[in-house]
Amino acid sequence: MIPHDTEHLWISVRERASADGIRWLEEKTEAVARNLGAIAAAFPAVGREVGRTTLDPHDPDDPHTWRLDDAGRALLLVAIGERVREEIHGLYRHGDANERRGVLRALLFLPVGDSAVPLVEDAIRTNDTNLIAAALGPYAMQRLDDAALAQAVLKCVFVGVPISPLDGLEDRTTPEMSRMLADYAHERIAAERDVPAEVWPVIERYPPREEIAEIFSELDHPISERRHAAERALRDSHLLRSRDANI
Amino acid sequence: MRIFDPHVHMTSRTTDDYEAMAASGVRAIVEPAFWLGQPRTSVDSFVDYFNGLLGWERFRASQFGISHHCAIGLNPKEANDDRLREEVLAILPRYLAKDGVVAVGEIGFDSMTAGEEAALEAQLALALEHDLPVLVHTPHRDKPAGTRRTLEIVADSGVPPERVVVDHNNELTVSDVMESGCWAGFTIYPFTKMDEHRFVRVIEEYGTERILVNSAADWDISDPLKVSKTANAMLDAGFTDDDIDRLVWQNPVEFFGQSGRLMLDEPDADRAATFEGNSVLRGERPVG
Repeated sequence: MIPHDTEHLWISVRERASADGIRWLEEKTEAVARNLGAIAAAFPAVGREVGRTTLDPHDPDDPHTWRLDDAGRALLLVAIGERVREEIHGLYRHGDANERRGVLRALLFLPVGDSAVPLVEDAIRTNDTNLIAAALGPYAMQRLDDAALAQAVLKCVFVGVPISPLDGLEDRTTPEMSRMLADYAHERIAAERDVPAEVWPVIERYPPREEIAEIFSELDHPISERRHAAERALRDSHLLRSRDANI
Repeated sequence: MRIFDPHVHMTSRTTDDYEAMAASGVRAIVEPAFWLGQPRTSVDSFVDYFNGLLGWERFRASQFGISHHCAIGLNPKEANDDRLREEVLAILPRYLAKDGVVAVGEIGFDSMTAGEEAALEAQLALALEHDLPVLVHTPHRDKPAGTRRTLEIVADSGVPPERVVVDHNNELTVSDVMESGCWAGFTIYPFTKMDEHRFVRVIEEYGTERILVNSAADWDISDPLKVSKTANAMLDAGFTDDDIDRLVWQNPVEFFGQSGRLMLDEPDADRAATFEGNSVLRGERPVG
Protein backbone atom coordinates (compact mmCIF):
# COMPACT_ATOMS: atom_id res chain seq x y z
CA MET A 1 0.00 0.00 0.00
CA ILE A 2 1.39 3.39 -0.99
CA PRO A 3 -0.25 6.45 0.65
CA HIS A 4 -1.52 8.71 -2.16
CA ASP A 5 -1.18 12.14 -0.59
CA THR A 6 -0.10 13.90 2.58
CA GLU A 7 -3.68 14.10 3.86
CA HIS A 8 -3.74 10.32 3.68
CA LEU A 9 -0.48 10.24 5.68
CA TRP A 10 -1.99 12.37 8.44
CA ILE A 11 -5.06 10.11 8.52
CA SER A 12 -2.81 7.05 8.86
CA VAL A 13 -0.90 8.68 11.71
CA ARG A 14 -4.05 9.80 13.53
CA GLU A 15 -5.55 6.31 13.24
CA ARG A 16 -2.55 4.52 14.70
CA ALA A 17 -0.32 6.77 16.81
CA SER A 18 -0.90 7.60 20.49
CA ALA A 19 -2.27 11.01 21.47
CA ASP A 20 1.24 11.97 22.63
CA GLY A 21 2.74 10.78 19.36
CA ILE A 22 0.26 12.78 17.27
CA ARG A 23 0.86 15.90 19.36
CA TRP A 24 4.64 15.47 19.06
CA LEU A 25 4.40 15.21 15.26
CA GLU A 26 2.07 18.22 15.00
CA GLU A 27 4.50 20.27 17.09
CA LYS A 28 7.57 19.12 15.18
CA THR A 29 6.07 19.72 11.74
CA GLU A 30 5.36 23.30 12.85
CA ALA A 31 8.81 23.64 14.47
CA VAL A 32 10.75 22.49 11.40
CA ALA A 33 8.66 24.78 9.18
CA ARG A 34 9.77 27.73 11.35
CA ASN A 35 13.33 26.57 12.00
CA LEU A 36 14.96 24.15 9.57
CA GLY A 37 17.68 23.26 12.10
CA ALA A 38 15.13 21.47 14.27
CA ILE A 39 14.85 18.60 11.80
CA ALA A 40 18.30 17.15 12.64
CA ALA A 41 17.12 16.06 16.10
CA ALA A 42 13.45 15.42 15.20
CA PHE A 43 14.07 13.17 12.20
CA PRO A 44 15.90 10.37 14.11
CA ALA A 45 13.35 10.49 16.96
CA VAL A 46 10.21 9.77 14.88
CA GLY A 47 10.23 6.02 15.55
CA ARG A 48 10.51 6.51 19.31
CA GLU A 49 7.94 9.30 19.50
CA VAL A 50 5.31 8.35 16.90
CA GLY A 51 5.77 4.57 16.66
CA ARG A 52 6.81 1.95 14.15
CA THR A 53 3.55 0.08 13.56
CA THR A 54 2.91 -1.14 10.05
CA LEU A 55 0.28 0.72 8.02
CA ASP A 56 -0.75 -2.59 6.43
CA PRO A 57 -1.55 -5.20 9.08
CA HIS A 58 -2.30 -7.77 6.36
CA ASP A 59 1.33 -8.15 5.41
CA PRO A 60 3.65 -6.63 8.01
CA ASP A 61 6.69 -8.56 6.69
CA ASP A 62 6.42 -7.15 3.17
CA PRO A 63 9.42 -4.81 2.82
CA HIS A 64 7.25 -2.54 0.65
CA THR A 65 4.84 -1.87 3.50
CA TRP A 66 4.84 1.65 4.90
CA ARG A 67 5.19 2.08 8.65
CA LEU A 68 4.08 4.80 10.99
CA ASP A 69 7.64 6.19 11.25
CA ASP A 70 7.87 6.38 7.44
CA ALA A 71 4.67 8.44 7.42
CA GLY A 72 5.90 10.69 10.26
CA ARG A 73 9.23 11.33 8.53
CA ALA A 74 7.49 12.07 5.22
CA LEU A 75 5.30 14.65 6.98
CA LEU A 76 8.36 16.32 8.56
CA LEU A 77 10.00 16.55 5.15
CA VAL A 78 6.86 17.91 3.49
CA ALA A 79 6.68 20.54 6.24
CA ILE A 80 10.01 22.15 5.32
CA GLY A 81 8.79 23.00 1.83
CA GLU A 82 11.24 23.87 -0.94
CA ARG A 83 14.25 23.65 1.37
CA VAL A 84 13.84 19.88 1.40
CA ARG A 85 15.71 19.71 -1.89
CA GLU A 86 19.00 20.46 -0.09
CA GLU A 87 18.15 19.02 3.30
CA ILE A 88 17.43 15.41 2.28
CA HIS A 89 21.04 14.82 1.27
CA GLY A 90 22.39 15.47 4.79
CA LEU A 91 19.53 13.56 6.42
CA TYR A 92 20.19 10.60 4.15
CA ARG A 93 23.98 10.67 4.58
CA HIS A 94 23.81 10.81 8.37
CA GLY A 95 20.67 8.69 8.60
CA ASP A 96 20.40 5.18 10.03
CA ALA A 97 18.59 2.55 7.97
CA ASN A 98 15.16 3.68 9.19
CA GLU A 99 15.83 7.36 8.53
CA ARG A 100 17.10 6.52 5.06
CA ARG A 101 14.01 4.52 4.25
CA GLY A 102 11.96 7.46 5.55
CA VAL A 103 13.70 9.79 3.10
CA LEU A 104 13.25 7.36 0.21
CA ARG A 105 9.59 6.68 0.96
CA ALA A 106 8.83 10.40 1.16
CA LEU A 107 10.30 11.26 -2.26
CA LEU A 108 7.00 10.99 -4.11
CA PHE A 109 5.58 13.82 -1.99
CA LEU A 110 8.56 16.18 -2.20
CA PRO A 111 9.35 19.04 -4.60
CA VAL A 112 12.80 17.68 -5.44
CA GLY A 113 12.55 17.02 -9.18
CA ASP A 114 15.23 14.59 -10.32
CA SER A 115 17.72 15.77 -7.68
CA ALA A 116 17.12 12.77 -5.38
CA VAL A 117 17.83 10.10 -8.00
CA PRO A 118 21.40 9.64 -6.63
CA LEU A 119 19.90 8.69 -3.24
CA VAL A 120 17.71 6.08 -4.93
CA GLU A 121 20.72 4.72 -6.78
CA ASP A 122 22.73 4.56 -3.55
CA ALA A 123 19.99 2.60 -1.78
CA ILE A 124 19.66 0.14 -4.65
CA ARG A 125 23.39 -0.58 -4.41
CA THR A 126 23.01 -1.72 -0.78
CA ASN A 127 22.07 -5.25 0.19
CA ASP A 128 19.46 -4.17 2.73
CA THR A 129 16.08 -5.39 1.47
CA ASN A 130 14.23 -2.66 3.38
CA LEU A 131 16.24 0.08 1.71
CA ILE A 132 15.94 -1.45 -1.74
CA ALA A 133 12.17 -1.75 -1.38
CA ALA A 134 11.86 1.81 -0.05
CA ALA A 135 13.99 3.11 -2.92
CA LEU A 136 11.76 1.56 -5.56
CA GLY A 137 8.66 3.62 -4.89
CA PRO A 138 6.74 5.59 -7.51
CA TYR A 139 9.49 8.26 -7.56
CA ALA A 140 12.09 5.78 -8.77
CA MET A 141 9.69 3.91 -11.03
CA GLN A 142 9.06 7.16 -12.91
CA ARG A 143 12.68 8.33 -13.06
CA LEU A 144 15.16 5.48 -13.36
CA ASP A 145 16.19 4.88 -16.95
CA ASP A 146 15.41 1.54 -18.59
CA ALA A 147 18.82 -0.01 -17.95
CA ALA A 148 18.93 1.04 -14.28
CA LEU A 149 15.38 -0.10 -13.69
CA ALA A 150 16.00 -3.50 -15.27
CA GLN A 151 19.05 -3.98 -13.02
CA ALA A 152 17.04 -2.86 -9.99
CA VAL A 153 14.19 -5.26 -10.72
CA LEU A 154 16.65 -8.13 -11.18
CA LYS A 155 18.33 -7.20 -7.89
CA CYS A 156 14.94 -7.29 -6.15
CA VAL A 157 14.33 -10.80 -7.43
CA PHE A 158 17.84 -11.77 -6.33
CA VAL A 159 17.59 -10.49 -2.76
CA GLY A 160 13.94 -11.40 -2.27
CA VAL A 161 12.18 -8.04 -2.53
CA PRO A 162 8.78 -8.72 -4.15
CA ILE A 163 8.49 -7.08 -7.58
CA SER A 164 4.76 -7.44 -8.22
CA PRO A 165 3.93 -4.44 -5.97
CA LEU A 166 6.30 -2.13 -7.92
CA ASP A 167 4.23 0.81 -9.14
CA GLY A 168 3.79 0.75 -12.92
CA LEU A 169 6.14 -2.20 -13.50
CA GLU A 170 4.09 -3.47 -16.42
CA ASP A 171 4.44 -0.18 -18.30
CA ARG A 172 8.16 0.06 -17.51
CA THR A 173 9.00 -3.49 -18.61
CA THR A 174 11.31 -3.58 -21.62
CA PRO A 175 12.39 -6.48 -23.87
CA GLU A 176 15.78 -6.31 -22.11
CA MET A 177 14.18 -6.66 -18.68
CA SER A 178 12.17 -9.67 -19.91
CA ARG A 179 15.34 -11.20 -21.33
CA MET A 180 17.28 -10.67 -18.09
CA LEU A 181 14.61 -12.32 -16.00
CA ALA A 182 14.33 -15.22 -18.45
CA ASP A 183 18.09 -15.78 -18.13
CA TYR A 184 17.70 -15.57 -14.38
CA ALA A 185 14.95 -18.22 -14.48
CA HIS A 186 17.16 -20.45 -16.63
CA GLU A 187 20.07 -20.09 -14.20
CA ARG A 188 17.84 -21.03 -11.29
CA ILE A 189 16.53 -24.11 -13.11
CA ALA A 190 20.04 -25.20 -14.12
CA ALA A 191 21.01 -24.88 -10.45
CA GLU A 192 18.00 -27.08 -9.58
CA ARG A 193 16.38 -24.27 -7.64
CA ASP A 194 12.92 -22.73 -7.55
CA VAL A 195 11.95 -19.70 -9.59
CA PRO A 196 9.77 -17.07 -7.92
CA ALA A 197 6.39 -17.09 -9.70
CA GLU A 198 6.28 -13.29 -10.02
CA VAL A 199 9.04 -13.20 -12.64
CA TRP A 200 6.84 -14.84 -15.30
CA PRO A 201 4.52 -11.90 -16.02
CA VAL A 202 7.63 -9.79 -16.70
CA ILE A 203 9.17 -12.46 -18.94
CA GLU A 204 5.88 -12.98 -20.77
CA ARG A 205 5.51 -9.29 -21.54
CA TYR A 206 8.22 -9.58 -24.23
CA PRO A 207 8.94 -13.32 -24.38
CA PRO A 208 12.56 -13.73 -25.54
CA ARG A 209 12.54 -16.65 -28.01
CA GLU A 210 16.03 -17.94 -27.56
CA GLU A 211 16.04 -17.85 -23.76
CA ILE A 212 12.63 -19.48 -23.54
CA ALA A 213 13.75 -22.25 -25.87
CA GLU A 214 16.66 -22.86 -23.50
CA ILE A 215 14.29 -23.03 -20.53
CA PHE A 216 12.08 -25.51 -22.41
CA SER A 217 15.13 -27.63 -23.24
CA GLU A 218 15.63 -28.09 -19.48
CA LEU A 219 12.43 -30.19 -19.51
CA ASP A 220 14.39 -32.86 -21.41
CA HIS A 221 17.67 -32.48 -19.54
CA PRO A 222 19.54 -35.75 -18.71
CA ILE A 223 19.80 -34.72 -15.04
CA SER A 224 16.44 -35.45 -13.46
CA GLU A 225 16.74 -32.65 -10.84
CA ARG A 226 17.01 -30.10 -13.62
CA ARG A 227 13.99 -31.58 -15.43
CA HIS A 228 12.01 -31.39 -12.19
CA ALA A 229 13.14 -27.82 -11.49
CA ALA A 230 12.00 -26.82 -15.00
CA GLU A 231 8.64 -28.51 -14.50
CA ARG A 232 8.13 -26.80 -11.14
CA ALA A 233 9.11 -23.40 -12.51
CA LEU A 234 7.02 -23.56 -15.67
CA ARG A 235 3.92 -24.56 -13.72
CA ASP A 236 3.66 -20.88 -12.72
CA SER A 237 3.97 -19.57 -16.27
CA HIS A 238 1.68 -19.38 -19.28
CA LEU A 239 4.51 -20.26 -21.62
CA LEU A 240 4.07 -24.02 -21.56
CA ARG A 241 0.36 -23.79 -22.17
CA SER A 242 0.77 -21.45 -25.11
CA ARG A 243 3.52 -23.63 -26.57
CA ASP A 244 1.36 -26.75 -26.28
CA ALA A 245 -1.60 -24.90 -27.76
CA ASN A 246 0.52 -24.04 -30.79
CA ILE A 247 1.60 -27.61 -31.48
CA MET B 1 19.19 -19.75 27.42
CA ARG B 2 18.74 -16.16 26.24
CA ILE B 3 21.92 -14.14 25.96
CA PHE B 4 22.55 -10.41 25.62
CA ASP B 5 26.21 -9.77 24.75
CA PRO B 6 26.70 -6.18 25.93
CA HIS B 7 29.99 -5.58 24.10
CA VAL B 8 30.86 -7.19 20.76
CA HIS B 9 32.38 -5.68 17.61
CA MET B 10 30.42 -7.41 14.87
CA THR B 11 31.82 -5.14 12.16
CA SER B 12 34.99 -7.24 12.51
CA ARG B 13 33.18 -10.59 12.51
CA THR B 14 31.70 -12.84 9.86
CA THR B 15 28.12 -13.79 9.16
CA ASP B 16 28.98 -17.32 10.35
CA ASP B 17 29.61 -15.75 13.75
CA TYR B 18 26.11 -14.26 13.81
CA GLU B 19 24.71 -17.68 12.98
CA ALA B 20 26.75 -19.41 15.69
CA MET B 21 25.91 -16.71 18.23
CA ALA B 22 22.19 -17.06 17.50
CA ALA B 23 22.51 -20.86 17.90
CA SER B 24 24.23 -20.34 21.28
CA GLY B 25 21.28 -18.26 22.51
CA VAL B 26 22.33 -14.70 21.66
CA ARG B 27 19.19 -12.59 21.09
CA ALA B 28 20.55 -9.09 21.61
CA ILE B 29 23.88 -7.29 21.43
CA VAL B 30 25.46 -3.90 21.91
CA GLU B 31 28.25 -3.00 19.49
CA PRO B 32 30.32 -0.11 20.83
CA ALA B 33 32.20 2.08 18.36
CA PHE B 34 35.92 1.35 18.65
CA TRP B 35 39.32 1.32 16.99
CA LEU B 36 39.36 -0.72 13.79
CA GLY B 37 42.97 -1.83 14.21
CA GLN B 38 44.34 0.83 11.90
CA PRO B 39 44.02 4.58 12.41
CA ARG B 40 41.41 6.49 10.41
CA THR B 41 42.63 9.73 8.92
CA SER B 42 39.36 11.52 8.23
CA VAL B 43 36.11 12.25 10.03
CA ASP B 44 34.32 10.92 6.96
CA SER B 45 35.60 7.45 7.83
CA PHE B 46 33.80 7.82 11.17
CA VAL B 47 30.61 8.91 9.43
CA ASP B 48 30.69 5.77 7.29
CA TYR B 49 31.54 3.64 10.33
CA PHE B 50 28.71 5.03 12.45
CA ASN B 51 26.31 4.64 9.52
CA GLY B 52 27.45 1.03 9.21
CA LEU B 53 26.78 0.37 12.89
CA LEU B 54 23.30 1.89 12.61
CA GLY B 55 22.43 0.40 9.24
CA TRP B 56 24.16 -2.60 7.79
CA GLU B 57 25.09 -4.29 11.08
CA ARG B 58 21.57 -3.93 12.41
CA PHE B 59 20.22 -5.49 9.23
CA ARG B 60 22.81 -8.28 9.25
CA ALA B 61 22.00 -9.13 12.88
CA SER B 62 18.25 -9.02 12.28
CA GLN B 63 18.54 -11.85 9.80
CA PHE B 64 19.57 -14.12 12.65
CA GLY B 65 16.93 -12.87 15.07
CA ILE B 66 19.46 -10.73 16.95
CA SER B 67 18.52 -7.20 18.09
CA HIS B 68 21.53 -5.04 17.34
CA HIS B 69 22.16 -1.86 19.32
CA CYS B 70 25.23 0.29 19.43
CA ALA B 71 27.20 2.72 21.54
CA ILE B 72 28.58 5.73 19.70
CA GLY B 73 31.77 7.48 20.69
CA LEU B 74 35.39 8.28 19.96
CA ASN B 75 37.77 5.57 21.17
CA PRO B 76 40.86 6.52 23.21
CA LYS B 77 43.51 5.59 20.64
CA GLU B 78 42.15 7.89 17.95
CA ALA B 79 41.41 10.61 20.51
CA ASN B 80 45.14 11.30 20.36
CA ASP B 81 44.83 12.75 16.85
CA ASP B 82 44.03 16.38 17.76
CA ARG B 83 42.30 17.36 14.53
CA LEU B 84 40.32 14.14 14.30
CA ARG B 85 39.27 14.41 17.95
CA GLU B 86 37.66 17.80 17.44
CA GLU B 87 35.97 16.79 14.19
CA VAL B 88 34.58 13.53 15.52
CA LEU B 89 33.34 15.13 18.75
CA ALA B 90 31.50 17.67 16.58
CA ILE B 91 29.47 15.04 14.71
CA LEU B 92 28.63 12.91 17.77
CA PRO B 93 25.46 14.82 18.79
CA ARG B 94 23.84 13.94 15.49
CA TYR B 95 24.49 10.23 16.07
CA LEU B 96 23.69 10.17 19.79
CA ALA B 97 20.10 11.15 18.87
CA LYS B 98 19.43 7.95 16.98
CA ASP B 99 17.28 4.91 17.69
CA GLY B 100 19.20 1.91 18.97
CA VAL B 101 22.03 4.09 20.30
CA VAL B 102 21.93 2.92 23.91
CA ALA B 103 25.13 4.42 25.29
CA VAL B 104 28.09 6.70 24.68
CA GLY B 105 31.09 4.45 24.13
CA GLU B 106 33.51 3.00 24.17
CA ILE B 107 35.47 5.87 25.65
CA GLY B 108 38.27 6.03 28.23
CA PHE B 109 42.03 5.70 28.45
CA ASP B 110 44.62 3.86 26.40
CA SER B 111 47.94 5.58 27.20
CA MET B 112 46.73 8.10 29.79
CA THR B 113 47.36 11.14 27.59
CA ALA B 114 45.90 14.64 27.75
CA GLY B 115 44.09 14.08 24.44
CA GLU B 116 42.44 10.95 25.81
CA GLU B 117 41.39 12.76 28.97
CA ALA B 118 39.90 15.66 26.98
CA ALA B 119 37.87 13.26 24.82
CA LEU B 120 36.70 11.31 27.88
CA GLU B 121 35.50 14.44 29.66
CA ALA B 122 33.80 15.87 26.57
CA GLN B 123 31.97 12.62 25.95
CA LEU B 124 30.83 12.24 29.57
CA ALA B 125 29.30 15.70 29.14
CA LEU B 126 27.57 14.54 25.93
CA ALA B 127 26.17 11.54 27.84
CA LEU B 128 24.58 13.89 30.36
CA GLU B 129 23.20 16.09 27.61
CA HIS B 130 21.71 13.16 25.64
CA ASP B 131 20.57 11.29 28.74
CA LEU B 132 22.56 8.17 27.80
CA PRO B 133 24.50 5.59 29.82
CA VAL B 134 28.25 5.32 29.24
CA LEU B 135 30.52 2.41 28.34
CA VAL B 136 34.06 3.06 29.53
CA HIS B 137 37.08 1.08 28.34
CA THR B 138 39.98 0.55 30.75
CA PRO B 139 43.58 0.43 29.52
CA HIS B 140 45.44 -2.80 28.83
CA ARG B 141 48.66 -1.42 30.35
CA ASP B 142 48.88 0.01 33.86
CA LYS B 143 45.28 -1.09 34.31
CA PRO B 144 44.71 -0.57 38.06
CA ALA B 145 46.09 3.00 38.01
CA GLY B 146 44.22 3.78 34.78
CA THR B 147 41.00 2.43 36.24
CA ARG B 148 41.33 4.56 39.38
CA ARG B 149 41.94 7.70 37.30
CA THR B 150 38.95 6.80 35.13
CA LEU B 151 36.73 6.48 38.21
CA GLU B 152 37.83 9.92 39.46
CA ILE B 153 36.93 11.53 36.14
CA VAL B 154 33.57 9.75 36.05
CA ALA B 155 32.83 10.94 39.60
CA ASP B 156 33.70 14.53 38.66
CA SER B 157 31.59 14.43 35.50
CA GLY B 158 28.22 14.40 37.22
CA VAL B 159 27.08 11.27 35.38
CA PRO B 160 25.46 9.05 38.04
CA PRO B 161 27.64 5.96 38.65
CA GLU B 162 24.75 3.55 38.03
CA ARG B 163 24.67 4.84 34.43
CA VAL B 164 28.33 3.95 33.80
CA VAL B 165 29.85 0.56 33.04
CA VAL B 166 33.61 0.35 33.48
CA ASP B 167 34.73 -2.49 31.29
CA HIS B 168 37.52 -5.06 30.92
CA ASN B 169 38.01 -5.56 34.67
CA ASN B 170 40.26 -8.10 36.31
CA GLU B 171 40.90 -9.30 39.86
CA LEU B 172 42.86 -6.14 40.69
CA THR B 173 40.32 -3.55 39.48
CA VAL B 174 36.96 -5.05 40.41
CA SER B 175 36.82 -3.87 44.03
CA ASP B 176 37.48 -0.20 43.13
CA VAL B 177 34.80 -0.30 40.45
CA MET B 178 32.21 -1.99 42.66
CA GLU B 179 32.86 0.51 45.47
CA SER B 180 32.38 3.43 43.06
CA GLY B 181 28.77 2.41 42.35
CA CYS B 182 29.53 1.94 38.66
CA TRP B 183 28.74 -1.30 36.87
CA ALA B 184 31.70 -3.64 36.32
CA GLY B 185 32.13 -5.23 32.90
CA PHE B 186 34.19 -8.37 32.31
CA THR B 187 35.55 -9.33 28.94
CA ILE B 188 36.14 -13.03 28.54
CA TYR B 189 38.96 -13.60 26.07
CA PRO B 190 40.80 -16.75 24.96
CA PHE B 191 44.24 -15.64 26.24
CA THR B 192 44.18 -12.11 27.61
CA LYS B 193 41.97 -10.02 29.91
CA MET B 194 39.94 -12.68 31.79
CA ASP B 195 38.84 -16.29 31.25
CA GLU B 196 35.53 -17.85 32.22
CA HIS B 197 36.90 -19.79 35.21
CA ARG B 198 38.58 -16.76 36.73
CA PHE B 199 35.35 -14.87 36.12
CA VAL B 200 33.36 -17.50 38.01
CA ARG B 201 35.68 -17.00 41.01
CA VAL B 202 35.07 -13.24 40.83
CA ILE B 203 31.29 -13.56 40.95
CA GLU B 204 31.55 -16.17 43.71
CA GLU B 205 33.08 -13.33 45.70
CA TYR B 206 31.13 -10.30 44.38
CA GLY B 207 27.78 -11.77 43.32
CA THR B 208 25.97 -10.95 40.08
CA GLU B 209 24.56 -7.52 40.86
CA ARG B 210 25.88 -4.59 38.72
CA ILE B 211 28.06 -6.97 36.72
CA LEU B 212 28.09 -7.43 32.93
CA VAL B 213 29.90 -10.18 31.04
CA ASN B 214 30.84 -9.81 27.38
CA SER B 215 32.92 -11.36 24.63
CA ALA B 216 34.24 -8.06 23.21
CA ALA B 217 34.94 -10.18 20.13
CA ASP B 218 36.73 -8.14 17.47
CA TRP B 219 39.51 -8.47 14.89
CA ASP B 220 41.94 -9.88 17.44
CA ILE B 221 42.07 -13.41 18.88
CA SER B 222 38.66 -13.48 20.51
CA ASP B 223 35.54 -15.63 20.63
CA PRO B 224 31.97 -14.39 20.06
CA LEU B 225 30.60 -17.43 21.95
CA LYS B 226 32.39 -16.56 25.21
CA VAL B 227 29.24 -15.38 26.97
CA SER B 228 27.61 -18.76 26.35
CA LYS B 229 30.78 -20.54 27.49
CA THR B 230 30.84 -18.42 30.64
CA ALA B 231 27.23 -19.39 31.33
CA ASN B 232 28.24 -23.03 31.04
CA ALA B 233 31.16 -22.49 33.42
CA MET B 234 28.70 -20.91 35.89
CA LEU B 235 26.42 -23.93 35.58
CA ASP B 236 29.37 -26.28 36.26
CA ALA B 237 30.25 -24.21 39.33
CA GLY B 238 26.76 -24.63 40.76
CA PHE B 239 25.08 -21.35 39.77
CA THR B 240 21.36 -21.67 39.00
CA ASP B 241 19.59 -20.92 35.71
CA ASP B 242 18.16 -17.82 37.39
CA ASP B 243 21.64 -16.56 38.33
CA ILE B 244 22.76 -17.06 34.75
CA ASP B 245 19.70 -15.35 33.25
CA ARG B 246 20.23 -12.45 35.60
CA LEU B 247 23.83 -12.05 34.48
CA VAL B 248 23.60 -12.69 30.74
CA TRP B 249 20.17 -11.14 30.07
CA GLN B 250 18.52 -9.14 32.84
CA ASN B 251 21.64 -7.16 33.82
CA PRO B 252 22.38 -5.79 30.34
CA VAL B 253 18.67 -5.08 29.82
CA GLU B 254 18.63 -3.16 33.10
CA PHE B 255 21.81 -1.23 32.35
CA PHE B 256 21.16 -0.27 28.72
CA GLY B 257 17.41 0.04 29.40
CA GLN B 258 18.34 3.28 31.17
CA SER B 259 18.67 4.78 27.68
CA GLY B 260 14.99 4.13 26.97
CA ARG B 261 16.09 3.02 23.51
CA LEU B 262 16.43 -0.78 23.65
CA MET B 263 14.61 -2.39 20.73
CA LEU B 264 14.04 -5.91 22.00
CA ASP B 265 10.75 -6.50 20.17
CA GLU B 266 12.54 -5.98 16.91
CA PRO B 267 13.67 -7.57 14.71
CA ASP B 268 11.34 -10.26 13.47
CA ALA B 269 12.01 -13.36 15.52
CA ASP B 270 10.89 -15.62 12.68
CA ARG B 271 14.30 -16.40 11.28
CA ALA B 272 13.02 -18.69 8.56
CA ALA B 273 11.00 -15.83 7.10
CA THR B 274 13.78 -13.26 7.21
CA PHE B 275 16.29 -15.80 5.97
CA GLU B 276 14.33 -16.19 2.75
CA GLY B 277 15.91 -13.90 0.21
CA ASN B 278 18.71 -13.19 2.62
CA SER B 279 21.14 -10.88 0.91
CA VAL B 280 23.94 -11.90 3.26
CA LEU B 281 23.95 -14.97 1.03
CA ARG B 282 24.77 -12.55 -1.81
CA GLY B 283 21.14 -12.72 -2.75
CA GLU B 284 20.97 -16.41 -3.52
CA ARG B 285 17.80 -17.78 -2.07
CA PRO B 286 18.25 -20.95 -0.03
CA VAL B 287 17.44 -24.07 -2.04
CA GLY B 288 13.81 -25.03 -1.90
